[in-house]
Amino acid sequence: MSQDSQPRKNSRFHLTVFALIAMLTAVLSVGTPAPAQAEDGTFKLGLVTFLSGGAAGPFGVPARNAAELVIEAINKGTLPAPYNSIGIAGQAIEPIIIDEAGGGTKQVGEYRNLIQRKNVDAVIGYISSGDCMAIAPVVEELETLTVFFDCGTPRIFEDNKYKYLFRTGPTSTMDNVAAARYVLDINPDLKSVSGINQNYSFGKDSWADFKGSIQTLKPSVEFKTEQFPKIYAGQYGAEVSSLMLEKAEVIHSSFWGGDMEGLVLQGAARGLFDDFTGVFTCGETGMFRLADQIAEGTILGARGPFGVYAPKSPLNDWLRKNFMARYGTPPTYPAYKMAQALMGLKAAADKAAATAGKKPTQDEIIAAFTGLEFEGPGGTVKMALGNGHQAVQDMYYGQYSNKNGKPTMTNVKRYPADCVNPPDGVTSTEWIKNGLKQASCK
Amino acid sequence: MLKTDNTSRNLCIAFVLLLLVGLILPNWLAFLTTIALAKAMVVVGLVMLMRAGLVSFGQGLYYCLGGYTVGIAGQHLGITDAVGILFVSAFIAGCLAALLGLLLCRYREIFFAMLTLAFSMILYGVLVKTSELGSTDGFNVAKVTLLGWQPSPGQLSLVVYSLACLVAFLTAFFMHRYYQSGMGFAGEAVRENEIRVEYLGVSPQRVVFIKYVLAAMLAAVGGSITAMIAGHVDPEMAYWTTSGEFVFVALLGGTGHVVAAFIGAFLFEVIRTIAFDLAPYTWQMILGTTLLLVIFFLPKGLWSLLKAKKVGGNNV
Repeated sequence: MSQDSQPRKNSRFHLTVFALIAMLTAVLSVGTPAPAQAEDGTFKLGLVTFLSGGAAGPFGVPARNAAELVIEAINKGTLPAPYNSIGIAGQAIEPIIIDEAGGGTKQVGEYRNLIQRKNVDAVIGYISSGDCMAIAPVVEELETLTVFFDCGTPRIFEDNKYKYLFRTGPTSTMDNVAAARYVLDINPDLKSVSGINQNYSFGKDSWADFKGSIQTLKPSVEFKTEQFPKIYAGQYGAEVSSLMLEKAEVIHSSFWGGDMEGLVLQGAARGLFDDFTGVFTCGETGMFRLADQIAEGTILGARGPFGVYAPKSPLNDWLRKNFMARYGTPPTYPAYKMAQALMGLKAAADKAAATAGKKPTQDEIIAAFTGLEFEGPGGTVKMALGNGHQAVQDMYYGQYSNKNGKPTMTNVKRYPADCVNPPDGVTSTEWIKNGLKQASCK
Repeated sequence: MLKTDNTSRNLCIAFVLLLLVGLILPNWLAFLTTIALAKAMVVVGLVMLMRAGLVSFGQGLYYCLGGYTVGIAGQHLGITDAVGILFVSAFIAGCLAALLGLLLCRYREIFFAMLTLAFSMILYGVLVKTSELGSTDGFNVAKVTLLGWQPSPGQLSLVVYSLACLVAFLTAFFMHRYYQSGMGFAGEAVRENEIRVEYLGVSPQRVVFIKYVLAAMLAAVGGSITAMIAGHVDPEMAYWTTSGEFVFVALLGGTGHVVAAFIGAFLFEVIRTIAFDLAPYTWQMILGTTLLLVIFFLPKGLWSLLKAKKVGGNNV
């Protein structure tokens, strides 16, 4: 090493050491919150949703938008009744937003940061079922109230019991059991079915539930082809060819977001869904964007009584009007589910506060939340499964129609929660396999 | 034989300090440090390959394998002993690497990188298709025990943290010595000129083979520790972005010294967690900018800073 380069190297060294020390100080200062924070009348709420990656556009950002809107309204007390009191048990919500990207391990780390470094009072979040699975055991370890708002896998409350964990969104079982019932209701002579689902947990589970339900309800139905292209594939030329060749009356798909829109467009170009009825369990998010491309009679689902299926109520009207006014699009189901989670938390905390007569403790909120029945923008939510920790709701399906130049759903059918969800203590897989017993459909 | 030099001494001091600090670290920081140590194990192996001129874009293969070994052993076979599983996963990874290594040790440069990447993506594909192992959702890992003792959930993170410190210390200690050995230097010789290495009577293929197997075992141990502390495994561990992250950390730390990988891994986790905190919408940009700055101004990684000081100190 030449001598003349030494001073430069040294000063660079000092600069970097300085920068490192500054950075470490920054970590440690964010790491040591003032202990008074928890008591100053605010309710610190961690919000975790996808802000980057493929799930951000269709799910993460609408959910974030709904959270902003609803939290603002809760803090001002401007939500319709019964949520017209200010704050969560009187405390204003202070949201802390975190990106869900990065995978399970990263999310476990960030969840710990939220609880232990940021001292949040509760967490609402998680869209990916993988992240939910990874977070669930940590929730019990860190003993902080946590609400999953979107992820669909029924395994969470079927495999384990939780005290601090709740899920205010229904499971994905409901989507596919109801889809099977709906398909058979509108076409009792159904002979054949094909499926195209993404090659990952949600896609495989959705297809297994749909197929199982059809086999239980009408064993004579023939299954033609099962396509599993990889997630975010974007091009479905080969799959569309195969589906056209097999000529099944109904094509089931749990595609969501960009993949769903891609399949609709590529299928439309070749008339796939004109000849065969498509069932898109997550199709509602694309209903207005693809108004001219979705074939007449295509069956669209919204993963619950959300979006176009949400029954008319002051809460629903409020959400649609204000969401539309602020973001320029109607709220899709992730927005509904986020709003529902926030309202569920508020309902539980307010109920606990009314019982306790003062600011409720976490245990009191949990006791109030367990088995709670509350109103959301999509109608009544019952925390009925998983010992009162997992929500069930009514489910709707309908057929798309654009005859009058206005996208609408026709032949809408409602399936009561008990009709499309297993009884408490029975796993979805067993329930479907053993003949969907104890289902009360009207 | 084990004559102590400065580095070995400093490593011992660092080990004891880390263990003591573990008692007072807040839980979230202990978690972050454990993850950093686990990833550093993978990076140490990667750096060893890089010193021989080979960049593996598929260390995720063994990282994931290690993680799934812990998961399957605990959940399906009822084996939860932390130390035992570490050995088992290192052994399994070593066997697989010995098999794949037979092919890989014949390839260099981009071909080596692409082949390693391909193998890790095969594991990813297989795991995604295996619904018994939870497909993309993965599954939760049973809580580990230590020599028959079941730590409470509160103690568990301290136990895994201490174990990670111990494993990391042993790795760093022996890797440092390995770098000073004939086999260690042979790596750099392979990078510079393989023909000369052959004329010296050493088989370059054998050198690469041994390094590949060692790196795989280290990666598996890193994956096992990650699974123990995070409590969950999913196929993302074998995805190419995970392997890319290890390359990122290796570049950040530099290949100059075994400790560089640990510094790099720790800083990477710290930077990422701060970025998540300060910029939930643009955290990727902060990571990217950091990497760009390091490549522009410190092409030999952060370690070159410490080295500069050493040389400067001796001369002035």
